[in-house]
Amino acid sequence: MSERTALSIEGLHKRFGDLEVLRGIDLAVREHEVVCLIGASGSGKSTLLRCINLVEPVDSGRIVVAGVEITAPGVDVNTVRRKIGIVFQAFNLFPHMTVLANVTLAPRKVLGLDRPSAEAEAAALLERFGLADKRDEYPDRLSGGQQQRVAIVRALAMRPELMLLDEVTSALDPELVAEVLNVIRELAEGGMTMVIATHEMSFAADIANRVYFLDAGVILEEGPPEQIFRSPANPRTQEFLQRIIAAGRL
Amino acid sequence: MRASGVSGVRSILIALASTVVFAVAIVVVVSSAPGWPEVRRQFLNREVFRESLDVIPEAFLLNIKIFLIAEVFILLLALLIAICRSLPGPVFFPVRALSIAYADFFRGVPTILVIYVLGFGAPGLEISGIPRDPLFWGTVALVLVYSAYVSEVYRAGIESVHPSQEAAARSLGLSRAQTLRFVILPQAVRRVMPPLLNDFIGLQKDTALVALLGPVEAFRQSQIEVASNFNYTPYLVTAILFVLLTIPLARLTDWLVLRDRRRQFALGGAR
Repeated sequence: MSERTALSIEGLHKRFGDLEVLRGIDLAVREHEVVCLIGASGSGKSTLLRCINLVEPVDSGRIVVAGVEITAPGVDVNTVRRKIGIVFQAFNLFPHMTVLANVTLAPRKVLGLDRPSAEAEAAALLERFGLADKRDEYPDRLSGGQQQRVAIVRALAMRPELMLLDEVTSALDPELVAEVLNVIRELAEGGMTMVIATHEMSFAADIANRVYFLDAGVILEEGPPEQIFRSPANPRTQEFLQRIIAAGRL
Repeated sequence: MRASGVSGVRSILIALASTVVFAVAIVVVVSSAPGWPEVRRQFLNREVFRESLDVIPEAFLLNIKIFLIAEVFILLLALLIAICRSLPGPVFFPVRALSIAYADFFRGVPTILVIYVLGFGAPGLEISGIPRDPLFWGTVALVLVYSAYVSEVYRAGIESVHPSQEAAARSLGLSRAQTLRFVILPQAVRRVMPPLLNDFIGLQKDTALVALLGPVEAFRQSQIEVASNFNYTPYLVTAILFVLLTIPLARLTDWLVLRDRRRQFALGGAR
């Protein structure tokens, strides 16, 4: 693993009206590192990911991606987003476009690739993730697992330096979860830097280099997965993991 | 589909019988009315009908011309207004306020007033360079009024696209304009095709209002025919022409909607 920092966050605050969702987040991710965010629903995992992508404006704090402070005034958000891929829980594919058009839209319009090269790249990515025969289908004809894999491919087509995955298996039927997790595993093996918000604890234990436990908008505990899952120090982490074990998810 | 053969034939027969009974009842009631022979002579004169067919369809071409030209400008102006209204942030407040005021005003004022005011008022200003042609100003009036309606249709479509679509597009690095152009608008327009067509049928009919300024289109021509024959049959001819123009447009939209649904969703899915 590289010693270079891919992402660092200092003192991040975010509120929605009266509700402070993020209350001072500090976090650092090295290049090629896979970091998992765990915590109960509403703990701020999704909001944190959306802030990193600037989909949600930040109230205060600094976010630095590949040495560039993206929270600085005057930063072009479109340029920032090109380097960061995000995949959502609900896939959010464009329903009026074929799979191929979904994947090639941003490379063509944002990176300025011509159609043949964008399509060639997209076809190669679809092939790699077992979706070659789906390129001309519309999203509504695909299973949830296939749609989520297309969404991952769509983000990868922008050649991101950092991938953010926001509970990407939570909307899937149980039998479709594995195919998506396998894709993420393959990305990790390929050295992709990733921040993953997830409820799949055994997956997190398996894939993460480090795990962050979020509770009510703050990071309560951080460390390698063996430490967090086997011998958590914070009582709230212990309580959370006990509930997960009771639910049969670890 | 259970027992589709037998029950299918049965329901067709029931529908057929019910329609025949209904039609016969109407014919009997109308034709037994005391004034029927006179109404029939006034509105269903074969000779006048044939005579009208020589002149009214030609005048109707003017309605089609007004409709086609106005439609193009309405689609563009209405889109512009709808986009202005959907611009976020305090900076764009005046633009939003202006587009709201526009829609309120032109939906509120009777079309016929706008046509009169523009048709007689604008040329009356005698500004050099602006057209004096009543046809021009009548068409402009229709564009202004119908753009207000159509902008609301567009707006409904834009607002029906889930915000997560915008988030997905923006997160890929697309600008706000690109997101609107490639992600939001294509979905919005597909969804509002039926109400959009509805407004265009209204527009087709309202092209007759331009006659108030003088141009001889189908309605004006039929008035002339009525006056010279002392018979109302030319109105019937004009009515038929307007209906004939509407039907293909209605079927075209049905077909577009169906094609879209077939492409996007698996056939035989939820209806």
